[in-house]
Amino acid sequence: MTTEFRIRVEDALKKDDVRAHFRKAMDTLMTNRRGQFPEEDELQRLRSQAMAIRANALSKLPELLELLEENLTANGVQVHWAQTTDEANNIVLEIMNRHGAKSVIKGKSMVSEEMGLNHFLEEQGIEALESDLGEFIIQLDGETPSHIIMPAIHKSKEEISRLFNEKFPDIPYTEDVDELTKSARNILREKFYNAPVGLSGVNFAVAETGTLCLVENEGNGRMSTTVPPVHIAVTGIEKVVEQLSDIPPLISILPRSATGQAITTYVNMISGPRQEGEKDGPQEVHLVLLDNGRSNIYSDPELLATLRCIRCGACINHCPVYVRIGGHTYDTVYPGPIGTILEPQKEGLKVHGELVQASSLCGACGEVCPVRIPIPGLINRLRYEGVRQDTEHTRTKDAGTRRKTLEAVAWQGWSWSASHPGMYNLGTKMATKVRKLVPGKMGAWTSVRSAPKLAETTLHEAAKKLGVDNE
Amino acid sequence: MSNAKQQILSRLREPQRPQIDTTGRDYLSKFAWSTEERIQRFTDKMQAVRAEIHRTDRDNWRDLVSELCRTKGLSNLLLSAETEWGQAIMQQPEQFPALKHYDRDIEDWKQEIFYDTDGSLTSTLGGIAETGSLILWPNQHEPRMMSLVPPVHIAMLEVDKLFTTFAEAVQEQGWAKSGMPANALLISGPSKSADIAQVLAYGVHGPKELVVILID
Repeated sequence: MTTEFRIRVEDALKKDDVRAHFRKAMDTLMTNRRGQFPEEDELQRLRSQAMAIRANALSKLPELLELLEENLTANGVQVHWAQTTDEANNIVLEIMNRHGAKSVIKGKSMVSEEMGLNHFLEEQGIEALESDLGEFIIQLDGETPSHIIMPAIHKSKEEISRLFNEKFPDIPYTEDVDELTKSARNILREKFYNAPVGLSGVNFAVAETGTLCLVENEGNGRMSTTVPPVHIAVTGIEKVVEQLSDIPPLISILPRSATGQAITTYVNMISGPRQEGEKDGPQEVHLVLLDNGRSNIYSDPELLATLRCIRCGACINHCPVYVRIGGHTYDTVYPGPIGTILEPQKEGLKVHGELVQASSLCGACGEVCPVRIPIPGLINRLRYEGVRQDTEHTRTKDAGTRRKTLEAVAWQGWSWSASHPGMYNLGTKMATKVRKLVPGKMGAWTSVRSAPKLAETTLHEAAKKLGVDNE
Repeated sequence: MSNAKQQILSRLREPQRPQIDTTGRDYLSKFAWSTEERIQRFTDKMQAVRAEIHRTDRDNWRDLVSELCRTKGLSNLLLSAETEWGQAIMQQPEQFPALKHYDRDIEDWKQEIFYDTDGSLTSTLGGIAETGSLILWPNQHEPRMMSLVPPVHIAMLEVDKLFTTFAEAVQEQGWAKSGMPANALLISGPSKSADIAQVLAYGVHGPKELVVILID
């Protein structure tokens, strides 16, 4: 039953050096996060508060989106709505064309990754340049992010040094991180200086005041949203919160959960373009609100929790599957546990439904989630969505398409025998008699594991022998 | 109303609203720290991210800033003629490197601020002790790029504007009521990144150095 995902997993597991790199990085991130929450009670209170803020916003989502648009418009920001990534890309293109812009400089944005914006613009002859250091590095190498907040985490220092040397032969070879950073600064400063348009994501959009919040450490977000004459922000429709007072608790828990920082170097709060009398800042600010399947997720009272996500990446950092296979193996925009629940809903169970099987349901993701998304529960739910038959009662994309006859028959048999004790006991007794017949090799299962051995006696027999009587 | 907007909103309006528990949403995070505790916390947090902190008073800050400009080898300093700090410095220009003013639109001097401005000095709207952060609301007198483009940013912070938490600052200063400026910022240290093999490097796109002058 080999699939493309399984082949990628197998390849990833063979790369010992990359795995060691991920292990080290994730261990550091987990330790840093723990250090930021010394008091368990405080952590739990903060998580409950952040969850309540996000749940409250989602419960009023259509009204808050309208209020957000109203306030942003009053502030001079132009708001656009896109149902699909295609629509969102074309909105960006249309703005670029109106300004005759042939390039755009980008702050980090996962929604733009979701849109495939860089690729789309390049096909239109427009250069899209990433300015977040990690994104800049992977763009040089023609890669996609392997982590939502640390896009180049799969690359070693030596690889990055070689890459810089190959792409910028005029700069002397160095493995000094400060020197590499300085080179990137100089290259990108010039790009910021000349860029006609800057593009960024949004961490939170405040309906009450019409404010776009953006957190970052490097200043790429500030530069992209301040220096070019036009700023385009792209975001998913779920990122809205009701009040400005909702922002401090979210800003408090987001970076601590993500990188284990008390706060990011910069918290940008953008409420409008350059005002009358101001001497800098973009003349135009646009916000593109992207649906891309989110309103469908919204229709399910359980799966809705997926939309609480604040994209901190803590679930990824703590995932025993992610750390072993790395981000690219998922072949999705969002990897790790959040990708495992989001991507099958967004793109459909046919394409990404296999991801929900790639989980041990250990529960770490749910325990660290700052907005208490019950990720393991949702993984389970999506497993069910994949095989359920009453598909008229669900809106999950491709529900029921992962049902396999053999698997269904096996479970039906199990279900029947488990509700008929006589047959069940007879069956297990028979199994102990034929235990020698169990083959030593069982295909893919035994390629990396030993074959399961049946016990000499059934549990019932063993219990009876020990004098345990529960009947 | 655009078609996309209409369709998205009608899809969102269709399902039954989720039942939610918002207990705990309105908790206001603040601490009963004394002024000295606030200063200590602020200083520790700022220094941990390699910001420079100097505590001084209204009589001595100018000499201190003058000395800092000298030791950092700044050949010019960008400041506002409209703030009390800028005005005080302008009264004794001989103590300082060449003074620059942001008195034109950026389009008229972009080259100079990008490639020929060593440092800047700005006021702040306040500070946050819990996280070691500065609050800046850039305006026509102190535009956005002052605290962003020059490699050294010197920020003036009066001790009595040091709040315990961000939540407290937003509430006490009435941000939501007053209406937000086009651009508001929290700055917590110099620009940095760990994107190359998780090694911390400073001065990626924003200032390489952040110097905070705490005024008693």
